[in-house]
Amino acid sequence: MSFRLFDIKRFAINDGPGIRTTIFMKGCPLHCVWCHNPEGISSQPQMMFTRKKCIGCKSCMGLTDEEAAEVCPTLARQMAGKQWTMDQLMDIIEKERKVMEDSHHGGVTICGGEPLLHHADTLEILRELGKRGFHRCIDTSLYAQQHVVDAVAAECELLLIDIKHMNSDIHLKHTGVPNASILANIRHLAEAHKPFWIRIPLIEGINADENNIEQTASFLASLPTPPQQVNLLPYHDTGKGKHDRLGTVYNPANIAMATPSESTLQRCVSQFAMHGIKAITGG
Amino acid sequence: MNFSPTHPENDGGMNDRIRRLRQQSIDTPTTLTIERALIETEFYKREEGRWPIAVLRAKNFYEICKKKTIYIGDDELIVGERGPMPKAVPTFPELTCHSVEDLHVLNTRELQPYFISQADIDTYEREVIPFWKGKTQRERIFSHVSREWDEAYHAGVFTEFMEQRAAGHTAMDGKMYHRGLLDCKQMIAEELARLDFINDPEATDRQQELTAMDISCDAAILFAQRHAELAEQMMNECTDTKRKAELQKIAEVCRWVPAHAPRDLWEAIQMYWFVHLGTVTELNGWDSMNPGHIDQHLWPFYQQMKGDDKREVAKELLSCLWIKFNNQPAPPKVGVTALESGTYNDFTNINIAGVTRDGEDGSNELSYIMLEIQEELHQLQPGLSIHISKKTPDEFLIAGCKVIRQGFGYPSVFNPDVYTKELMRQGKSQADANEGGCSGCIEVGAFGKEAYLLTGYLNTPKILEITLNNGIDPNTGKAMGLKTGDPRQFTSFEQLYEAWHKQMTHFVNMKLAVNNYIERMFSLYAPATFLSLFIDDCIRNGKDYYSGGARYNTTYIQCTGLGTLTDCFTALKKHVYEDHRYSLDEVMAAMAKNFDGEEKMRQYIRNHTPFFGNDDDYADDIAVRIYNDLVTAIEGHPNTRGGKTQLNMLSTTCHNYFGSVCLATPNGRLAHFAISDGTSPSHGSDCQGPTSVIKSLGKLDQTRSGGTLLNVRFVPGLMKRDEDLKKLASLIRTYFSLGGHHIQFNIVDTDTLLDAQQHPDNYRDLLVRVAGYSDYFNDMTTQLQNEIIARTENNEF
Repeated sequence: MSFRLFDIKRFAINDGPGIRTTIFMKGCPLHCVWCHNPEGISSQPQMMFTRKKCIGCKSCMGLTDEEAAEVCPTLARQMAGKQWTMDQLMDIIEKERKVMEDSHHGGVTICGGEPLLHHADTLEILRELGKRGFHRCIDTSLYAQQHVVDAVAAECELLLIDIKHMNSDIHLKHTGVPNASILANIRHLAEAHKPFWIRIPLIEGINADENNIEQTASFLASLPTPPQQVNLLPYHDTGKGKHDRLGTVYNPANIAMATPSESTLQRCVSQFAMHGIKAITGG
Repeated sequence: MNFSPTHPENDGGMNDRIRRLRQQSIDTPTTLTIERALIETEFYKREEGRWPIAVLRAKNFYEICKKKTIYIGDDELIVGERGPMPKAVPTFPELTCHSVEDLHVLNTRELQPYFISQADIDTYEREVIPFWKGKTQRERIFSHVSREWDEAYHAGVFTEFMEQRAAGHTAMDGKMYHRGLLDCKQMIAEELARLDFINDPEATDRQQELTAMDISCDAAILFAQRHAELAEQMMNECTDTKRKAELQKIAEVCRWVPAHAPRDLWEAIQMYWFVHLGTVTELNGWDSMNPGHIDQHLWPFYQQMKGDDKREVAKELLSCLWIKFNNQPAPPKVGVTALESGTYNDFTNINIAGVTRDGEDGSNELSYIMLEIQEELHQLQPGLSIHISKKTPDEFLIAGCKVIRQGFGYPSVFNPDVYTKELMRQGKSQADANEGGCSGCIEVGAFGKEAYLLTGYLNTPKILEITLNNGIDPNTGKAMGLKTGDPRQFTSFEQLYEAWHKQMTHFVNMKLAVNNYIERMFSLYAPATFLSLFIDDCIRNGKDYYSGGARYNTTYIQCTGLGTLTDCFTALKKHVYEDHRYSLDEVMAAMAKNFDGEEKMRQYIRNHTPFFGNDDDYADDIAVRIYNDLVTAIEGHPNTRGGKTQLNMLSTTCHNYFGSVCLATPNGRLAHFAISDGTSPSHGSDCQGPTSVIKSLGKLDQTRSGGTLLNVRFVPGLMKRDEDLKKLASLIRTYFSLGGHHIQFNIVDTDTLLDAQQHPDNYRDLLVRVAGYSDYFNDMTTQLQNEIIARTENNEF
């Protein structure tokens, strides 16, 4: 049994409570135009090439991508998507056990990509983490079938759920999928009183407008259990560099997107506050 | 002490007086004063040879206290300066005498000048320099040392702290707050009466030392009286009624302390300041002088205070003391040590919180007030460290983290639970260890009860460089150390390591021999008869601080470059001896040409070697081995004062100097670039984040040292939210429960980020908070980097 991950980050302090280790699962059913981890979209391993690190030593000539990543002196060539066995994964997580335990609900966050895409893998990891007593978070779009959501929710302590847009057409346009099942899954979890946080990638030109924020806030206020917190994550075009490294094009349709201004952020925070929801800026 | 702070937040900042005094301290240029040297030279010309050395030194101190210019500035509440005015630094020609050229350089150099007039330089040349020629401590030391020592010293294998300054690293316990100098005189008289000249062969020495201590008491009392007289004189001339009253109070305080034990907070602070000034006037100890656990010492005086404004009153008086610390630039150095330490002010590292003598939580409201002062005044000195035991409340730790977030580089954070173990392992009692702490950088001692001398840094990667070249320093081509064999002939990593180990032991022994000599020179020529009044049990023993009078006597060698050395070893072990990717010859040839044309090899080594600081046992096991071997080589040798030698892992800024004398190293580090600092990983070698770093560091048994040092870098944005502070706090708690001694955080500035763009290789560990997440600076597009740089500036305060 092995899992395809594109990264593991220790000392993750913006992916849930406490100090965490974040596991990045490869593969996502959405392809958001602003995605800052585009190497997480495809389920297949991909070469990432950082041109400015290359010293032209030609070590990689005639080699497969995997071989090239092994020998590249500067790490200009690296593979996004390596196979990890459960033991390897747990070894690296266990190294942080003390740090996590000392840090008020620190633990492990599984994100992606979309951890619910390869949900059998995700469940396997969650169960093992549960057996070992780690605090578990899932960072998800919730774009999945309800039985998958239930199974995963039963195996984690907290869900970090993205809401990208309340209008399904716009959602479809920018992420490739409609939002009906996502919103239904959020309501379903709220009805089951599952603890969750809402995270909104806040993008001027896409979803930061008064109307959408109003709808988001009133949707959240209408839930039987409100989110424990709402995090507004101001957009930055960090995905661009990664697209360059993947050899793909960022925002090919040139959709206008911008970092929200401080006043936009303030307005959003107060819009949420009007509905009795505390929103904070940042992860 | 259970206690809840009434004002956890910054409550309004400095008042006008403090604002003015602070501004004056910052604006006043640093000057050199020749006053002390003139008084001393005139005194020595007249009196040298007439008195035993201890008495001569005490009388010299008395002469300075009697004749030096007394300064009381406008607005001041706490009074006294080392020179005739703030930021005027005396020289100590009896230890090292500046040449005319030195004085010119100091006067004109661009960075950190010490201004001195041509007239003063002329006077110095005429009156001071000729007298001291051949008589200084520095000359006594350098005329004695072996050629091998001298060559190793000049090659940068080690440094020597005490060749131009006294040892310092001295911190006080609480005795001065309930024992005035008249009480000391009484104790001295009792000891003198007890001397047994028939059965104690050292009775005469004790008599001389005790007599000298007695004179030192008189000197400091006189010094204070002169301040009282000046205050009274100023009072009579003063027309402002408020200031008149203040001057009257200053005069009363100076008439009372240090002769008597202080009765209120004002007197207690002034008491400390007179003791501080006495110590740094008598000799020019490194790290000047330190009040120790001042929040605990002053707590009873604060508790006595009445009135609604007591917090403001206490804060103002303490702020006055803080400014006094900032008024004391370090006596300037000459020669090689000007390079080895770029520090300018004497370090005073104020210890707050921690544990009490009986092991309970030592934090109190004054700890919080001192944190506030530190944040508001934002001065170079004093430094501040928070001492976080398991017993320290989270609330205090978070308050400390808020100041760390400001990005001034302080407070640093210490772990009393570990350093008390270090001190007890060296033989201190539990109570004396509890009362201990850090005096200057990271080195620890039993406050008020120990003479712990730091003697110099050891350049551990340099020793590998010499080993790889079979007893030649490639930087100069000179033969140096042992011929441990041509490493190209070695067939295993073990042989290489053993050769380094032999070479290291050789240099350590070389340094130890000279340390003992220098200690004797201080005992014989520069006893500290005033300082000895405040270090138990010098009076009871009738012995000087430098002669074994203290209850505990330690000699430290500070080892530098553990991270760099470990990485050199792992690089050679993996690529030469295990994977046979390169031969040693190839690596050494590449090093010899500073990897010019060998970037591919250099990059491969940089990116495909397990380095220290990544929680990887391959590297960490080697670091542990090096560390343990250093401890074994250094610790336990008898010094001349009845104590023993110990290791600590301090580097201050010496890792820059040490790097400058090293050519390229096997870990891919380029020639003359800094080596790693303290026990931190080498630059850019830790790529797994701070939790991996603390895990690696946690593998060293830090209780075997007298201090380790860990620098962790963050950018300001990473610590923006209060939620982040809790994570920082828990990181500190975790490191400390893993056995960490000290940690400090560099919240990096724009210059660093710009440098990181230019030299990404050195900053692979630079973690930057981007948006809702954090990333390594190196991994970002130039565009994003630029954006972060712009943003960072906004985050600065």
